[in-house]
Amino acid sequence: MNDQLVISGFCTLRQHRVVHNGKLLFEDPGSNTVEFLTAAYNHFRISYPKFHKMDQLAKLGFLTTEILLKDTDINSRYKADRIGIILANSSSSLESDRNHQKTIASRDNYFPSPSVFVYTLPNVVIGEICIKNKINGEGNFFVMERFDPLFFANYLPQLFNNDIVDCSITGWTEVNGNDYESVIFLIEKKKHTDGGIANFTVSEIESVYIRK
Amino acid sequence: MAIEVTVKSANIITSLGFTTSENAQALLAGKTGIMLSSDAKLAPTPFYASLVNTRHLSERFSQIADPGKYTRFEQLAICSVNDALLNADIDIADRKTIFILSTTKGNIDLLESGSTGNSLFLWDTARVLRKHFRLYNEPLVISDACISGIQAITTAVRLLKAGSFDTCIINGTDIISEFVLSGFNSFKSLSSGPCRPFDLSRDGLSLGEGSGTLILSTLKGDMAEDSVAAGDGFSTNDANHISGPSRTGEGLLLAIKRALRDFPLSIGYISAHGTATPYNDEMESIAINRAGLQNIPVNSFKGYWGHTLGAAGVIESVMSIWSLQNGVLFGTLGFKEPGVSMPLNIITTSQKKDIRSCLKIASGFGGCNAAITFFRK
Repeated sequence: MNDQLVISGFCTLRQHRVVHNGKLLFEDPGSNTVEFLTAAYNHFRISYPKFHKMDQLAKLGFLTTEILLKDTDINSRYKADRIGIILANSSSSLESDRNHQKTIASRDNYFPSPSVFVYTLPNVVIGEICIKNKINGEGNFFVMERFDPLFFANYLPQLFNNDIVDCSITGWTEVNGNDYESVIFLIEKKKHTDGGIANFTVSEIESVYIRK
Repeated sequence: MAIEVTVKSANIITSLGFTTSENAQALLAGKTGIMLSSDAKLAPTPFYASLVNTRHLSERFSQIADPGKYTRFEQLAICSVNDALLNADIDIADRKTIFILSTTKGNIDLLESGSTGNSLFLWDTARVLRKHFRLYNEPLVISDACISGIQAITTAVRLLKAGSFDTCIINGTDIISEFVLSGFNSFKSLSSGPCRPFDLSRDGLSLGEGSGTLILSTLKGDMAEDSVAAGDGFSTNDANHISGPSRTGEGLLLAIKRALRDFPLSIGYISAHGTATPYNDEMESIAINRAGLQNIPVNSFKGYWGHTLGAAGVIESVMSIWSLQNGVLFGTLGFKEPGVSMPLNIITTSQKKDIRSCLKIASGFGGCNAAITFFRK
């Protein structure tokens, strides 16, 4: 018998707002992507110097996860290698791709840099979250046109039912110019929670995703 | 009865050939496709890389479709999938068939030309393939740096075992571009000549381009067709550094242990990542030893066609499956003298050897590691 999965927490960063479990925690109207990410980092008093070296995609995924995981105690409740991170977006690492391209656009001004190039891979955001939270489990980055609740509802249960993960940080983290959107869920087996916020079904994932 | 996922067909395209058997013949002859190139469009100074001949690719592709309507990336992927389909009795348009594209950078060469269309989006590239092959389902796209290919196969096995689909076509493709060359160069990770995996004098990796296709299915075919099956794959994260492998090999060790957890056979052969960077090969030697697999024959294919990035996991799995089917293990081109701190049973020259099972491993940027098994039935 397969265990029922629930969304035990979720955090959304988009349109200048940070929403955690449905509650608006922070708002910074008029900010662009970089300003918003920095303002949110300061607001939540996160102290992690490496943050400032990250690209925008990594900053967005990192911040969303920091706020999502606060007080969830997943590190003591689950083994590090049983926590998975499954993320997806539409633009892969396009923002960093453009930045790296700028460094090689002219032969007279050729300055490719490893600190930019390393972020031209979307799964590096998973690496950053793993380093901060000491997570060693399954990681996978999918690229799809738009957030697809059906994909997640079909894919995640297999990881739980096949004894690959006991807990998963799962969702969407996307940056393209001044458009950014991150909606990340904490997924657990219902029996390991107090019932969760929503069931991990297509319709409930969809309704949590669109919640303002 | 457990569901078995078997290999229906495969293809690889590298600088050494447009079919798996062309590649196998080149490998047996000890050829490398890694050459000194002085293409000013790709790099300001000459560089070593394994490049697929563009004119040959266009000629091949023109037998399938109009090369003017497809990008170089798409031509490579379509040629590879097309060849694999020739030898597979499957219905690609079936609603129980899923396509998975594995790539790190897709059409990244178009970024230079200031392309603003959808071609830079990996999902759009996958959709071009969907349209060409008239696939029923929207393809999945996986982008996990250098473990992308193994991740795509792993994901396919999971989807097939769950019964979500009957057949999965996995394609891994990446092309060499100025974008990628300049990036690896900035990391100072490129070799001064053709790369030398696990060798004492190794000084970095050689980049390569190519495409690999693996068709897996749970549908029963004839015995010969079903001779090799795929085991379960796993991935892990080092949680240590985004651009360097862990010194302890802990993450890769964990992936190997998990891949072998329910595997009933002993491993007969290891297809290593073996990029020939000092750190990667050292880390792999530690992980393989910690897993107790140091006596198992191990090779790296990177000396033949370089590091094909998001295609590597698929291309090298296909070649490893060929080894299982044909009883031949390939030598590690470029390797002469052991240059890692832990002992390994490195295959130096290609040889006949009857093996039943294979472990494929890889690690990549972002601290990711992956392992999967294949076995002969």
